[in-house]
Amino acid sequence: MSEQIIEVRGLTKKFKNITAVNNLDLNVYRGDVFGFLGPNGAGKSTTIRMLLSLIKPTSGSIKIFGYSIKEKREEILRKVGAIVEKPDFYLYLSAYKNLEIFGKLSGADVSKKKIMEMLELVGLSKRANSKVKTYSHGMKQRLGLAQALLHDPELIILDEPTTGLDPQGMKEIRELILYLSRTKNKTVFLSSHILREVELIATRMIIINKGSAQVEGTVNDLLNMDKLTVTFEVDKIDTAKTIIQDSAWKEKLVSSTNRELSFELIYNDIPALNKFFVENGFSVSSIIPVRSLENFFLKITEGNGK
Amino acid sequence: MITLIWIELQKIFKKWRTYIGFIAIGTLVIIVQIALYFTGDNYIKAMTRGFQDSFIMVGNLFNGYLVANLVLGGLFIHIPFLIVLVGGDLLASEATAGTYRMLLTRPVSRLKVVSAKFCAGLIYVFLLLAWLAFLSLGVSCLIFGTGELLSFSGKLIIFSRDDVLWRFAGAYAYSMLSMSTVFALSYFFSSMVENAIGPIVATMAVIIIFIILSALPIDFLKDISPYFFTSHMIHWSNFFNDPVDYQKIMESALILGVHILGLYLVTTYLFIKKDILS
Repeated sequence: MSEQIIEVRGLTKKFKNITAVNNLDLNVYRGDVFGFLGPNGAGKSTTIRMLLSLIKPTSGSIKIFGYSIKEKREEILRKVGAIVEKPDFYLYLSAYKNLEIFGKLSGADVSKKKIMEMLELVGLSKRANSKVKTYSHGMKQRLGLAQALLHDPELIILDEPTTGLDPQGMKEIRELILYLSRTKNKTVFLSSHILREVELIATRMIIINKGSAQVEGTVNDLLNMDKLTVTFEVDKIDTAKTIIQDSAWKEKLVSSTNRELSFELIYNDIPALNKFFVENGFSVSSIIPVRSLENFFLKITEGNGK
Repeated sequence: MITLIWIELQKIFKKWRTYIGFIAIGTLVIIVQIALYFTGDNYIKAMTRGFQDSFIMVGNLFNGYLVANLVLGGLFIHIPFLIVLVGGDLLASEATAGTYRMLLTRPVSRLKVVSAKFCAGLIYVFLLLAWLAFLSLGVSCLIFGTGELLSFSGKLIIFSRDDVLWRFAGAYAYSMLSMSTVFALSYFFSSMVENAIGPIVATMAVIIIFIILSALPIDFLKDISPYFFTSHMIHWSNFFNDPVDYQKIMESALILGVHILGLYLVTTYLFIKKDILS
């Protein structure tokens, strides 16, 4: 197993009588794009703030690069780049000046060439001298990435980096994260409340809810090997229900309506069942696979929304 | 640390509100100078009315030194307003803007951050007073010339022109100490809130309350007023007494210094312990 970059044990944060993070364990390894997934209010940002020593844990330990954040805060932060929630800048200063200031504080090379290179990377070089107050949310988000990368950190902590971006912007950020991970061998800790976003780029992930870990593992394990709930929309639904009851597929039927039949299947079962319907003279209008993890995550999200 | 202070100074001087103090002092001093330019003789006459029958006044009594002394006395109670505009904003504005998150995830200790901001704030106070000195003393001497300084603090004292500049130097240095106390108080309040308005109002409220309490002719309040820092802020004027009460100046300076140090230490403690939730 590769070097452990983040090791969190029993992390708890209480605000008076509210437990924001509850006995959380985390393991992030070198080269991971680690998805930190949870609905709004799950405790993601509080955890990130503790990782970056913005707030102090009530109990538990945090080690980054093998050192305790409590004891070696400055050494650790020298090798960490981060966006915590939305990136906020000095609005009365230009993007260039903001990067220069944050770069100096991080011990980065703040030569004009380096800053302009970074602004070019995030597509802001033409607006380098504009005051940040004239920037859109998406542009600030990109500038946030630039400040997180300027000092060439080994670990990049991104808290919902695609929030407020249009689909093209989201895609560009995802590509940038993949580039950093695959080409530059950076470790990325990516917090998000969107499962789709995490599964597209993460190698490992954890889902947290109400401050506690729900599931953790590699994205492949959690998504691909998992069972799917597949909904078939077919014509002649009553006849279809009867035929299914007389077949081996009966065991896999989980629910039915007057338009659809839902089955719990593994991925390879989908074409076989489709073939079964077609060979028995049914027209299949749609097949909608939903992974159990997605259902699980949706349940969590819906529960929080209520 | 020098880099941090320099960064903080850049942040201070890139903000519009920083210049309000400089503009306000500039405007007020220029208005006073214009007013005195046209009506200054009447002022001298009014000031020496009781002595004109007994003494013959010779030399240039209406000069730059007199104007500077008048301006310093007149503006001294207003300058705190201009100090807290910046002092109250230094920490609170980072919380309001959300930039604490950016600033405090850098490999720099919180002690250094809070100290650098404090030093940058003191430099602002110094520059504001230097601006006041430049306009009220420097420019006034250019316009009105130099001469003997007529000072009235209970009794009329006339200082020879050779005996004046060091008194101004002492008065401005003491003013720096007084205004630094105001700054330290606003900085302390700034560390506790997430909006710059609160520290500005709170600091001014404390100063006004202490000044009012000191002024009330009640025995109990007179007994406790020496413990108010505001009672020690005004002793710059001792430099224009004869003889100068150095013991009184040193005592008051020490009390103000202890206030500054104490407020800085409490602010630092609060800042280091603070959870950044904004």
